[in-house]
Amino acid sequence: MKRLIPLWITAVAGIVLIISYFIPPLQSWGEDAAIWFDVLAGIAFILGGGNILKIHLKKISDRVPGWGFSVILLTAFLLTLFVGLSKIGVHPNPLYPTYAWSGYYRQNGTPFWWLYEYAFKPLTASMFAMLAFYIASAAFRAFRAKNIEAVLLLGTAFIILLGRTFAGVWLTSWIPDDSGFAGLKIENLTVYIMQVFNTAGSRAIIIGIALGIASTSLKVIMGVDRSWLGSGEA
Amino acid sequence: MKFPMNGWFVALLCGTATAQTPYPPAPPTNLVAVDHGWDAATKIDLSWDLSADDAEQVRSYQVLKAVGRIGDVTIEPDFKPVESVDPGTAEFRVKDLKAQLKRWEVEQEYGDNEAIAALLADGSKSFKIGYVFQVVAMGKDGSRSATQTASPITPTMQIFDGSRFWFSVMTFIFCGAVIAFIYLARSGMPLKIRKIAGLDAVDEAVGRATEMGRSVMFIVGIQDMNDIQTIAGINILARVARTAAEYDAKIEVPTSRALVMATARETVQSAFLKAGRPEAYNEDLIYYVTDEQFGFVAYLQGMMVREKPAACFYMGSFFAESLILAETGNSIGAIQIAGTAQPAQLPFFVAACDYTLIGEEFFAASAYLTGSPEELGSLKGQDVGKLVVAAILIAGVLMSTMAAILGPDQGIGKSLVDAVKYLKDVILT
Repeated sequence: MKRLIPLWITAVAGIVLIISYFIPPLQSWGEDAAIWFDVLAGIAFILGGGNILKIHLKKISDRVPGWGFSVILLTAFLLTLFVGLSKIGVHPNPLYPTYAWSGYYRQNGTPFWWLYEYAFKPLTASMFAMLAFYIASAAFRAFRAKNIEAVLLLGTAFIILLGRTFAGVWLTSWIPDDSGFAGLKIENLTVYIMQVFNTAGSRAIIIGIALGIASTSLKVIMGVDRSWLGSGEA
Repeated sequence: MKFPMNGWFVALLCGTATAQTPYPPAPPTNLVAVDHGWDAATKIDLSWDLSADDAEQVRSYQVLKAVGRIGDVTIEPDFKPVESVDPGTAEFRVKDLKAQLKRWEVEQEYGDNEAIAALLADGSKSFKIGYVFQVVAMGKDGSRSATQTASPITPTMQIFDGSRFWFSVMTFIFCGAVIAFIYLARSGMPLKIRKIAGLDAVDEAVGRATEMGRSVMFIVGIQDMNDIQTIAGINILARVARTAAEYDAKIEVPTSRALVMATARETVQSAFLKAGRPEAYNEDLIYYVTDEQFGFVAYLQGMMVREKPAACFYMGSFFAESLILAETGNSIGAIQIAGTAQPAQLPFFVAACDYTLIGEEFFAASAYLTGSPEELGSLKGQDVGKLVVAAILIAGVLMSTMAAILGPDQGIGKSLVDAVKYLKDVILT
């Protein structure tokens, strides 16, 4: 029963979603199925929050190496949860002035807004900014000319990078636009590589992905693939 | 002071005024609005007779729409431009319409209208609406013709969306092929699959972690269980967890969604059970971190640098975090295997990981690892889909080439151009 009911729910929801795509009067069924998932995912927040508390309280209690990080995490988690849920500092909505909690939870100037603007956003931006350094290190490794393929990759990347800079455009600006060699201007070469070679390659990958998605979905709907239930052949 | 109003002065003034006044073109006539057939009540087809000045004076025809009726109440239409079409065009399809408005939409937009307020009193949740369309000829000198207004019309919903007919045919062929090959495989038809290096390396990666006495880290992407890539990642997790259980390696699965955590726990527990080592399963090693993309990455980076897992698996949907994770894993010397269906992230994984499952390989992993006939059959069905795509591609290329050779403006060349247009705009859209 523990396996059968989820399999039936999956099959029915999957078939409804497919059919509703083609039959307009059933489109609202598909929307309803998507809303059910949102409800489930909303409830799962409680599961996630409970798991965070359990794991990190255990780490603190066992004094495992790095337990201090757990203290910081739990403090930040509980503080944010408290100021967010209790809407501390939030003014009531002007339309409903008698209801103390009617204001928008992220109202400017509130503690929750402050945490978001001055703690969360800078931290997130810092993590994202680190990507620049990782791109440089990955590019350095990927573009080492070790074999023919790597040399081709390096050459192509060089043309593309150069074609996106002023210096690159300037280098081949002496080739007249109306001559038979205009295609060799670096900016035109860049566009040609991106529109022909790159597009052809990425479309081939995308077609494979689309077919793979359809096939996997079908296997899940038909119950052929049950690994996600924990009951399939591992 | 009195200005002299001589005859010649008045004539000059009138003459100048005549020269500067824009002369509007004649309006389009016989505007007709008809419901578009076989759709989801989202389209209305408009047609009209061209302005008498179409060739000389018309710059464009502007199509305008407004809601003219809600329920049984007629309201003053507030026309908004929809599109401008070129001169010589006598038809237009208005898209993205609705047959009904929800109650809150009516309240918000038309709540001030007294008749509508009375209509709202009956408690209905939605209201049928009627659209009114106008077409105006816009002159080259900026002038506007008189407007032509069509009778109010409500789009109607049909039982089947005709614009998705060809897609339904392809879905039928593809699903039919997959199901047929699954049954053929079940009946004993021999099927084989090519070698996928990234999947052959699973045992090697887990074995290495065991030898080094370090953990195996498995990330199932950052999307929820409604993403098919997460499901594909969970399928691979089942195999990796079973290998880890057999080798007695520690497997750690941080997740960015609580539902994924619950599913991953079920999967890993089942894998340990199948490996005959249920006592080795530790659910605390499969845990939720945060839904926030970069918060999740920050945690993983810290964990990787501190604990130095010997093998890292990235199987699922990844975005900007792909390179951060893969480069961190590379810096700690972990053997890394990645798989995703995000085309934009594939180059990053290829650059920084030891093995990458590209696109369809990622979805084929489950069949490859289990070797079950049903799953291999589904891969064979997928090949039928590829054959159909290849056939359409070749047909399109051949027709376009032939049209270019024969001349696209007349005879067979023109027919081929039309066929390619139909292929692109109708069959493949």
